[in-house]
Amino acid sequence: MKNQDLYNYILEIADNSLILGQQLGELTGHGPSLETDIACTNISLDLFGQVRSYFQYAGKVAEDGRSEDDIAMLRKERDYKNVLLVEQPNTNFAYTIARQFLFDVFHLLFLTELEKSKDLTLSAIAKKSIKEVRYHTRFSTDWVKRLGDGTEESQAKMQEAINDLWTYTNELFQVTSTCKNMVDQGIGVDVSKLKETYYQKIGEVLTESKLQVPDLKYFQKGGKEGIHTEHMGYILAELQYMQRAYPNMEW
Amino acid sequence: MTTTQPIIHEELITILEKVSDPEIPVLSILDMGVVRSAVIEGDEVKVEITPTYSGCPAMDIIGDDIKAALKTAGYKASVDLILHPAWTTDWITPRGRKALEDYGIAAPLDAEADKSVLLEGKKLVKCPQCGSTNTKMISQFGSTACKAQFKCNDCEEPFDYFKCLK
Repeated sequence: MKNQDLYNYILEIADNSLILGQQLGELTGHGPSLETDIACTNISLDLFGQVRSYFQYAGKVAEDGRSEDDIAMLRKERDYKNVLLVEQPNTNFAYTIARQFLFDVFHLLFLTELEKSKDLTLSAIAKKSIKEVRYHTRFSTDWVKRLGDGTEESQAKMQEAINDLWTYTNELFQVTSTCKNMVDQGIGVDVSKLKETYYQKIGEVLTESKLQVPDLKYFQKGGKEGIHTEHMGYILAELQYMQRAYPNMEW
Repeated sequence: MTTTQPIIHEELITILEKVSDPEIPVLSILDMGVVRSAVIEGDEVKVEITPTYSGCPAMDIIGDDIKAALKTAGYKASVDLILHPAWTTDWITPRGRKALEDYGIAAPLDAEADKSVLLEGKKLVKCPQCGSTNTKMISQFGSTACKAQFKCNDCEEPFDYFKCLK
């Protein structure tokens, strides 16, 4: 492969959407209400659509005949570069919303910068995705407010979810060596520069939702190096089952 | 309005306008604005289409339908999916908007109105059944990625609203 860095970088971006999409897909037919069920799976569909574009491009960059499906389904856990946040489970609806909100705000900031990439394919995918992610952000922000500024119980659950997932937010801004090389070439986004705006935006919404902004000094990381939480194995088992059981199957 | 006009060879228009979105069968793919170019090169037709939403499952089917329609008309065809420039609801033609309304789907408003409808609950979306604007959003997400769910407070019918995408 001539451009290993670019290949790795595409995975670093796309794996977030793949794993989050997979987690949201778990709600198909199981959402707390018909509307939220449909919303979560619509968001999942958007994310998978974006992943297809990224992985089709990664397949071209890899130059070894791998398809988008091969890249999505046939890697080992350590080769997935998604952040830990997106692999956290749907403990209850507040967790689903908190995970979505904490990722969406980042995703929107990230894509706004990726639009300016010198790499025209990445820039085109970003331009396309950003329109969809605006809807995602509206949905998750809306629900943070509704649950946070809702009943005593919904507020407590929303606060608990935010508190628990907060420890995974800082990793979003970790600059890997792949990321740094891409930034130097004018292709990648320097995620560390998004941090201040991110926490400011998140803080505004939490305050408006009558929720506390967690004060945490210690943050988890590892996903970008392929070191995942215990949830990842279960996600991959389900995601990869059909391809492992019936190699090369199509439907 | 975006000025990006599709380039479609005249001979191909009558063939392509018969191909429709499988999820909105009344809407031709030309009126939908997803065909960005269709040109004849030698004995081959090259078509470029762009997705409405990234994950739109209709795109694969639309690609196959285009090839089938052109084959029936005696052309060999190749279909490429392009992402840039990104599709916008502005590319739906006036005829396409009318087809949507007749089918029972409210056509997209402009970006400002869309925002005030989806975020502030303003009553601007017209019920495709009775024409009343006394309508209410039920959910920002609907039966497909491109639509939101609405309800008419007057005739009490639920309906889909095609969300503005810019």
